[in-house]
Amino acid sequence: MASITLDHLAHAYRPDPRDPQDYALKEINHVWRQGGAYALLGPSGCGKTTLLNIISGLVTPTQGRILFDGKDVTNLPTEARNIAQVFQFPVVYDTMTVRENLAFPLKNRHLPREAIAKRVEEIASRLDMTRVLDRKASNLTADAKQKISLGRGLVRSDVAAILFDEPLTVIDPHLKWQLRSTLKELHRALDLTMIYVTHDQTEALTFADTVVVMHDGAVVQTGTPEELFERPAHTFVGHFIGSPGMNVLPVRVDGATAHIGDVAVRLARAYPALPAGEKIELGVRPEFATLARAGTGLPVRVKRIDDIGRARIARVEIAGHAAAAMVPDGLALDGDRAGLALETRQIHIYAGGVLVPGEGGVG
Amino acid sequence: MDKPVNNRAWWLVAPVFAIVAFSAIIPIMTVVNYSVQDTFGNNQFFWNGLGWFQELLDPSTELGGRFFDALWRNLLFSGIILAIQVPLGILVALSMPRDGWRVAATLVLMALPLLIPWNVVGTIWQVFARADIGLLGYGLNALGIPYNYTGDTLSAWITIVVMDVWHWTSLVALLCYAGLKSIPDAYYQAARIDGASRWAVFTTIQLPKMKRVLLIAVLLRFMDSFMIYTEPFVLTGGGPGNATTFLSIDLVKLALGQFDLGKAAAMSLVYNLIVLALCWVFYTVMTHSGSERPEQGSAA
Repeated sequence: MASITLDHLAHAYRPDPRDPQDYALKEINHVWRQGGAYALLGPSGCGKTTLLNIISGLVTPTQGRILFDGKDVTNLPTEARNIAQVFQFPVVYDTMTVRENLAFPLKNRHLPREAIAKRVEEIASRLDMTRVLDRKASNLTADAKQKISLGRGLVRSDVAAILFDEPLTVIDPHLKWQLRSTLKELHRALDLTMIYVTHDQTEALTFADTVVVMHDGAVVQTGTPEELFERPAHTFVGHFIGSPGMNVLPVRVDGATAHIGDVAVRLARAYPALPAGEKIELGVRPEFATLARAGTGLPVRVKRIDDIGRARIARVEIAGHAAAAMVPDGLALDGDRAGLALETRQIHIYAGGVLVPGEGGVG
Repeated sequence: MDKPVNNRAWWLVAPVFAIVAFSAIIPIMTVVNYSVQDTFGNNQFFWNGLGWFQELLDPSTELGGRFFDALWRNLLFSGIILAIQVPLGILVALSMPRDGWRVAATLVLMALPLLIPWNVVGTIWQVFARADIGLLGYGLNALGIPYNYTGDTLSAWITIVVMDVWHWTSLVALLCYAGLKSIPDAYYQAARIDGASRWAVFTTIQLPKMKRVLLIAVLLRFMDSFMIYTEPFVLTGGGPGNATTFLSIDLVKLALGQFDLGKAAAMSLVYNLIVLALCWVFYTVMTHSGSERPEQGSAA
């Protein structure tokens, strides 16, 4: 049981990194609270697996320290850290039964035989695997194998954190939610720190209390799923989370008014001090943009309307830029002209991709 | 439903039939034909029925005696070869580099003995091991170790075994190396996290994952060593006495030296059956050991 502190941590796979592009993982400071359920979310190659491997000790960072409960473990090997890891592809020891697989980490640590047997039974019943304990592990399905990998972490009572590296990649879709809820239950029951790496926003948002979004080797935002949705700190977070992603439109901001081409948008806050030379953008989620009759709101041209089941999404063009908006039930469109109503408080302004807080509140 | 009936598809199979007929069926049937006859030269043949086979399988006869002597020599040789080359090959594969320029260098070095023609291998060792001018033979004798492969049975056997190990261990090592390379890193990482010792990693991950290539290696090495001819023929010619006369060497002596075509044909058929049977046994044992039918559907 431990909290994990990342202190000025950075990693480069090249031997002598100089400029920021050489780093697979740019400097990061973060504390993983004891007992938290975290998700590391980001596209492939954003550095999330590197970060995970640094925590588990499979990779030694180029700079910075990693502390477990204040104790420096940066140079400790994996086996000396109390970490368990579940990999993308299920790792089971083929020649062993499920029982032997679960007992393996304890056997290697020379625990007494009775203690091992008791602990294995306990974890097997938690994972609902008692029935298959004496089966060969190699003959089980992928989801059962992933549970064995997880079980090998859980049997160790000293384990500080369990790391998951995209554990549901090879699991059948209909079993994914089942395994995910098993994970949530275990997290609640065992008070373990869990860090879950994924590129799937649904997995991240449903599993974690705190989501860490990574992009291009750096952490761009850490927050609850709600925060990520309502106040994306970076246009990347806006794009990456949500389906469809946030509308990001280039604008010129003048006090509390944004100009998209020749269309003026009223803002909830004033932005007097936007940095010069940076690209200024307006971000608003489709969920806060509603299509309306022509003549109300901002003038847009409707390109097409997609029915995604629970809602209809309009693909529109505003002053020459593409955007997405919700189509309310019963809206009758006359040709391709329509209006767009934005929820003023949900409009964010970004400078060079980074959220600008703005001053004062008008509405 | 009417299906058009024609036999034109046979033309597609015909070339295979022709090739198999010329490469296997006709030669084997020729041998079968010889095996039931006796000849006194002049291309005159007499029907002998199963006579040669009865004589061959009876160790008390002259033919049966030399057949079983050679057979035991063969089995002993193959046993020694497998017992040395398989563990040694695994050991070499485990210590081969996993990446960098050394991989290419090691692979080339390892492949070298495999590329040398068999009679050249025999000649190299024949010269190398000679007690008068060979580095190995002269060196051993100079150190006071009595060594003479032309006169001493033990010396001859050791030389042949060492020669075969030098020639073929690379093959086992390369196959095992390929098996090792195919193990995903996650297995090693998981083993480190589980606190597995080096030995446990070998027995629980590497060995099981190498099982398939090891099966191929054992089969290849068994068949090759059981049919060995060229190297010992060049090195010792079957001697001293008959100490290194393996089945293949004896067969050639019988067929081409003594021109006993009937005896030789019967012997080669039995030899062939033994190879087939032993390979089948190896294959069955190694593919069925510890396998349980995979279960379909969720086991959760």
